[in-house]
Amino acid sequence: MSTPVLEARGISRAFGHVRALDDLDFEVYPGEVTALIGDNGAGKSTLVKALSGNLAIDTGTITFEGEEIQLTTPMQASALGIETVHQDLALAPHLDPVQNMYLGREVMNKGIAGFFGTMNTKAMAKESRRAFDELGATVRSLTSPVGSMSGGQRQAIAIARAVHWANKVVFLDEPTAALGVRQTKNVLETIRRVRDKGIAVVFISHSMPHVMEVSDRIQVLRLGHRAASLDAKDTNMEELVGLMTGASTRGAA
Amino acid sequence: MSDDVREDDIKKAEFGPEAGPETISINMAVERESKSRVPRIFKAQAFQIFIVLIVIVIIFSIMAPNTFAQLSNLRLVVQNASILGVLGVGMTFIIITSGIDLSVGSVLVFSGVVSAMVMRAVGGDGWGVATIGILVAIASGLAWGIFNGLLISKAKVPPLIVTLGSLGMALGLAQIITGGIDIRQVPSVLTSTIGYGNVLGGIPIISVIALVVILIGAFVLHKTKFGLYTYAIGSSEEAARRVGVKVDRHLIKVYGMSGALAGVAGILSLSQFSTTAIAGQSQTNLNVIAAVVIGGTSLFGGYGTIFGTVVGLFIPAVLQNGFVITGVQPFWQQVAVGAVLIAAVYVDQVRRASAARGASTSLWRHFFARRKNT
Repeated sequence: MSTPVLEARGISRAFGHVRALDDLDFEVYPGEVTALIGDNGAGKSTLVKALSGNLAIDTGTITFEGEEIQLTTPMQASALGIETVHQDLALAPHLDPVQNMYLGREVMNKGIAGFFGTMNTKAMAKESRRAFDELGATVRSLTSPVGSMSGGQRQAIAIARAVHWANKVVFLDEPTAALGVRQTKNVLETIRRVRDKGIAVVFISHSMPHVMEVSDRIQVLRLGHRAASLDAKDTNMEELVGLMTGASTRGAA
Repeated sequence: MSDDVREDDIKKAEFGPEAGPETISINMAVERESKSRVPRIFKAQAFQIFIVLIVIVIIFSIMAPNTFAQLSNLRLVVQNASILGVLGVGMTFIIITSGIDLSVGSVLVFSGVVSAMVMRAVGGDGWGVATIGILVAIASGLAWGIFNGLLISKAKVPPLIVTLGSLGMALGLAQIITGGIDIRQVPSVLTSTIGYGNVLGGIPIISVIALVVILIGAFVLHKTKFGLYTYAIGSSEEAARRVGVKVDRHLIKVYGMSGALAGVAGILSLSQFSTTAIAGQSQTNLNVIAAVVIGGTSLFGGYGTIFGTVVGLFIPAVLQNGFVITGVQPFWQQVAVGAVLIAAVYVDQVRRASAARGASTSLWRHFFARRKNT
């Protein structure tokens, strides 16, 4: 087993007197899909926020490729090659897919003093099309506003954007929650392709069949604590549900 | 909808019969787009309102060919709209961020007053004192804009309230420092050039200045990162923040820019009217907002063009001029502009609603070709 690309050791975070994360350990390995499951309020979203620089932790350490880091802003995480697809996707509905793809990271033509430089829209469009094609993402138009597209297309754009910029870790928070059967299949297929590029994928889902279908490793959270870390091959849905609800315990870290 | 039929056929050929509307490959989409690139311009609300403007101009031209449809009259209309044009550029940026700036008229007056007082204190009639005056006007406008921007972005007070407050404060302070009496000493170099000077045999300098501001504004809004971030913030502040756009700083810049342009407008007004006209700008903010909204910029943010704002400025200006010339009571202008304003916002609502449904955003289709299927 290789070293984890991203690792959390004993992290805690309290909101008032609610301990959302309670001495939690978590690790992801490159080229693996790690499913993160747990009941509502188990701390999944809080953990993702902490590991993507959206939330400060109270205690504990986060290490990235063996080195301890302090994650305080999402930009810092992005710079390390960690991207997150949030449940609300965080796309700007009036902008087109290319503008969303490159928002905050525009490719510029050489301009006067950097400020009045124009954007190289051609290069961005070309690169976006390549990124969408690579994922088999079905984006109807590169110049229509994202807001006029279906949920599946928006999901595809959000995932393509994250994958395009991440070269280490991608967090996908409930990427299949609002999708139809075919779009879900596309997303799961995308997850596999991203993993095959050597990127670590953290897949958060409530859907046990999807988790079983796509993950290599499954980490179960319960009440802010890791209840189990399992190899996807030697577990089953009943056991996972049991671990989530606290009906059974096994291999707790 | 022959378009859809064709798409469906191709889809079936490529993906089998079960492929739905979402599995259209990107290459096909691009192909389809390049074919419809030209009509895209015609779908923009700004273009539709442009047609309305042309129709109005044609009607007045037919009714009064010897008075309305004259170059000298056109020149007058353009000259009168110039100051509002400068303000409209800043307002377009602000409304695209889903904000509003009610203070532009007061800031215009304040900048004019401070500038006039400084120029009077320095004394003289040449370009030296005029340059000082111009810089002072822009600086005081910028200061008000940054004041607005700081309160809106950092203190999270809604733009409507902040700028309503600074509207009163700027006007009040202007009256305090002048004692409520207009200053009428303006360097003659300003009045004779910017005020009523012409270039190229009859083009008012004030309109040339406005045009330059408009062109720069359009370039910045549509071609630069600054413009893109303006749209992004208006579209979804959260999305912009998450990708690292410095939203607070950007809002301060946008309000600062609007303030600075109000300062420029203050100098233009001072030059054109040779007086600070403290009481003369009470409707300016609403006129500018109306122009921006008539031009298709959405009050909800994320959508709008500078071209639309320019067209939106000329509709009230042409109506006013045309009514006077054709002998209609000019009060009708207010009625007509009010109706156009409401119609423009209605159109924006329709567009947003259909965009949210993922339907076509073409208005022509909405009004004239209601789809029978689906």
